[in-house]
Amino acid sequence: MDRNVKDTIVEGITGVSVLLIIFIIVSILAVTIVGGWPNLNWTFLSEFPKDGMTKGGIFPAIVGTAVMTIIMAVAAVPFGVITAIYLAEYASEKSVIAKTIRFAVKTLAVVPSIIFGLFGLGFFIGFIGKNMDALLNGGELKWGQPNMLWASFTMALLTLPVVIVSVEEAIRTIPREMREASLALGATKWQTIKSVVLPGSVSGILTGTILAVSRGAGEVAPILFTGAAYFLSDLPKSLSDQFMSLGYHIYIMSTQSSNVDATLPIQFATTLVLLLLTFSLNAVAVTLRFKIRKRAK
Amino acid sequence: MELIRLKSKEQDAEMDIVTFNKKKFRFSDWFAEKVIKAVAFLSIAVVVLIFVFVFREAFPIFKMDKKEVVATEVLVQESYGGAETESGSVKVADNQVANSNIIHGQEEKPSSTLLSNTWMPVSDNPRYGMWPLFLGTLKVTLIALLFAAPLSILAAIYTSMFAKPRIREIIKPVIELLAGFPSVVIGFFALMVMATVFQDIFGYASRLNGFVGGIAMGLAAIPIIYTLTEDALTAVPKTFTEASLGLGASRRQTAFYVVLPAAVPGIFAAVVLGIGRIFGETMIALMATGNAAMISMNPFDSVRTLSATIGAEMAEVVFGDTHYNVLFLIGSLLFIFTFALNALAEFYFKNMVIRRYQSKK
Repeated sequence: MDRNVKDTIVEGITGVSVLLIIFIIVSILAVTIVGGWPNLNWTFLSEFPKDGMTKGGIFPAIVGTAVMTIIMAVAAVPFGVITAIYLAEYASEKSVIAKTIRFAVKTLAVVPSIIFGLFGLGFFIGFIGKNMDALLNGGELKWGQPNMLWASFTMALLTLPVVIVSVEEAIRTIPREMREASLALGATKWQTIKSVVLPGSVSGILTGTILAVSRGAGEVAPILFTGAAYFLSDLPKSLSDQFMSLGYHIYIMSTQSSNVDATLPIQFATTLVLLLLTFSLNAVAVTLRFKIRKRAK
Repeated sequence: MELIRLKSKEQDAEMDIVTFNKKKFRFSDWFAEKVIKAVAFLSIAVVVLIFVFVFREAFPIFKMDKKEVVATEVLVQESYGGAETESGSVKVADNQVANSNIIHGQEEKPSSTLLSNTWMPVSDNPRYGMWPLFLGTLKVTLIALLFAAPLSILAAIYTSMFAKPRIREIIKPVIELLAGFPSVVIGFFALMVMATVFQDIFGYASRLNGFVGGIAMGLAAIPIIYTLTEDALTAVPKTFTEASLGLGASRRQTAFYVVLPAAVPGIFAAVVLGIGRIFGETMIALMATGNAAMISMNPFDSVRTLSATIGAEMAEVVFGDTHYNVLFLIGSLLFIFTFALNALAEFYFKNMVIRRYQSKK
């Protein structure tokens, strides 16, 4: 075959692959928007589910997801930022410790989310929670069962690598000269980190936090048995209460509901809310990250 | 570092040269470093704790003694939950189930059923045969990989080799958007749309099956394989491309005979991490594969994967029960497998990449 023809065909095939992937992405978006938009209104967002979940809104699921991701971020971000500072500022590239930490972070990033759920169940609920009950409540069951706190902590472990990677990337874009200037002026290493490195990586910390929140809002497997509830008639009042979450709501409604067809509009609308949420968060994070990378160049 | 200190008393007056190495001990600095170091160790600690706690809950399955075994003189027909059991008569409705019961007799340890062919944890005589789950996972992973790997690699080749810079700037973030889709959303899409569309096209019997699940899980793996492959292709030194083009090769020839071979280890790493993602995917498997644990090679049969089994059954088991332990055992296997895949991608393939470029320099 003629070389030019072959070139065109092969380049065409690769181009078609790109188009196919984009087509799939667009169809997921389109189906969710077309199916969910008609039912998306203020009442849907602000009401409790009614009539055996076939009517009403998803207010408790939105609140549950929001509170859970906030606790998650509060737990994950400080640890993530400090680990990133260690990796970027203190550890030498060759040191065994730094390599081990890096490998551990990568492992955390690839461990299946369901394993975090198991870990949350075995460690937070079965070990820490049970022991807390024995010590604090005289054996009365309070913390030794699925609840919001343990679900948030489980999710925090899952999103830790997201924060670490984003923050480290941002720290590394801070020019060496700025650190050297600070050190030359007599600042100590910690002072330099506090007043040069950290302020310079605020956008990276923000990116990491947003990405983590987006990931945490969308994941369902880790909270399946660490705190998510099918239906609650009240909002959670304390950290030891169970909570409803958007992702879990979609899963339950679409697979376990006794009348799938009747709840179809709710399912689509809930999916749209979740998708819009993660989508907009990701869009913000991508824009921020783009700015950071530009600075690096 | 601090010149002021030269004036201080403890400084040796005879020494005229400035001592740059001697630092004053500062508590805040020392403390900050210690705290930062300690916190950084948390990642390692978490990985170790996951190991310990997932295995700890799985361990009892191996030392279960015989008195916990459901030993019945009469052959009990398998049944789920509250369904009535007929003793005596061997109804071979659930064929393999009844057979294995006869063969093993009554003195059966729960752990000895692990390698049998039946996964039937909630019944009067629970059976924890993991083969159907292994087979199901393997089948779905294979389908997902056959779909996702070629598609993402070709797309990555287009993005890094053929696309104009302006188009590349659009394609990359758009495909990476897919990584931001929660898996429950992809699962929902598979359940509502893909299942119906595929059934219309192929006309198979069960609406949810390994094929639909596999394709949907492939969607989750696409951004991973795509991004890492693209990185691997871009990391190939520009001199390779320039030399090839300079010798008169076309861009297609350069891409497939020069850049692609040079990036093979990186692409392998990408695929391996993609496998890890598919293997551990829970929500899509729960929603789109049909969740029937059976032994069959037909891709259009319903399957149940390892991770979906944990997700579906863990909420209903009794704390510390055999079933509970078996689910943790499955979790341990998943963890070991993804850990090994990650280590393989990280150490073996990365080293190959480094060696490759060094030997060609």
